[in-house]
Amino acid sequence: MKMNWFKFASPTAFYPIAGRLVPWLAGAALILILFSLYWGFFETPERLGGSNPQKEYYRIIFIHVPAAWMSMWLYLVLAGWAAIGLVFNTRLSFMMANAVAPTGAIFTFIALWTGAFWGRPSWGTYWDWDPRLTSELILFFLYIGYIALHSAIDDTRRADRAAALLAIVGLVMLPIIFWSINCPDPNQCAALHQRSSMSKVESNILLAMLTMTLGFWLYSFATTFSRLRGIILTREADSTWVRDVVAREAAV
Amino acid sequence: MDSLLDFLRQGGYAFFVWGAFGVTFLLMIAETVQLRRSHRTILSRVGRLVRLRGSQNAPTAPTHTASTPKTPAKS
Repeated sequence: MKMNWFKFASPTAFYPIAGRLVPWLAGAALILILFSLYWGFFETPERLGGSNPQKEYYRIIFIHVPAAWMSMWLYLVLAGWAAIGLVFNTRLSFMMANAVAPTGAIFTFIALWTGAFWGRPSWGTYWDWDPRLTSELILFFLYIGYIALHSAIDDTRRADRAAALLAIVGLVMLPIIFWSINCPDPNQCAALHQRSSMSKVESNILLAMLTMTLGFWLYSFATTFSRLRGIILTREADSTWVRDVVAREAAV
Repeated sequence: MDSLLDFLRQGGYAFFVWGAFGVTFLLMIAETVQLRRSHRTILSRVGRLVRLRGSQNAPTAPTHTASTPKTPAKS
C-alpha cells in the first residue's frame, strides 16, 4: 500500500483533524493522570527503605520523572520537526516545532521545580550545580531561546529557519543530559542526582509513573495540536479556507 | 477525618509534596486556559482581518486560494 505521507502535511488538511483530536486527547490525558494520582497516593508504600531510604516526599517521582522524560522527548520532537522543515521546506513542520516549544518549556520547568522540592528533603538543598541539574537547566534556556529567537524576527520564514537551526544545535544537550547520570563508570561522574535504575523500582510505583508519563504525553499532544490550530489560522489568514473556518467557528 | 488530615500531612512533608504537585497542575491548567482564550482571540482577530480585506477589495473579489504545501516529489 502506498500512502501519501505528505497529505496531512498541508495545514488545510491538518487543521480540522487536530480540532477533532484535541478533546479526545485531553480527555484521555485527564483520565490517565487522575488514575496515576490515585495509584501513586493510595496504592504505594508510604516510605521506601533499602539503600536509598525515602519518606513520603518520594511521591514527587510520579511527576518529576515523567516531566523530565517529556522535557527531553519534546525537545527531540521540536528539533525533529525543525530539521524536517529545513530539509523539505514544509510549512506545517515549522508550525509544529513552534507549537511544541511552550509545552516543552513548561515540562522542563516542572522537572526542575519538582526536582528542587524533592532535593530539599532528600539532599538538604533545593539546588546544586550537579551535571544532571545543570544540563536540564540549559535545556530550559534552549526552549526559552528558541521561543525568544523566533518571536524576535518579524519575517516568519526567516524566524522559522533561524530558530530551527538553534533547535538542531541544541540537540547536543540531550546526550549530555542522558549521560550525566548514566555514565559507564560511576566513579568518574561525581553526580548528586540518583542514577536511573528502572528495574529496581517497585511495581506499583512504576505503574503510577508510567501512567503519568502516558498522561503527560497525551496532554502534550492536546496542547500542541491546540496551539498549532492557532498558528495555522494566524499564518494562513490570507487564504479562503481560513475565511470559511473563521465564519463557521465564530457562528458557534 | 483523621485519615484525611494524615493524607494531607504526608508524614510532615506536605510542603514539598503539595508544593511540587500543586505547581505542576497549576501550570498545566494555566496552559489549557491560555490556549482556550488565545483560540478565541485569534478567531476574532483573523475575522476582523478577513472583513477588513473583504471591504477593501470589494469591487475585485479577493482571489486568495487555499495554498498548497511545497511538497517535494516523492520518489
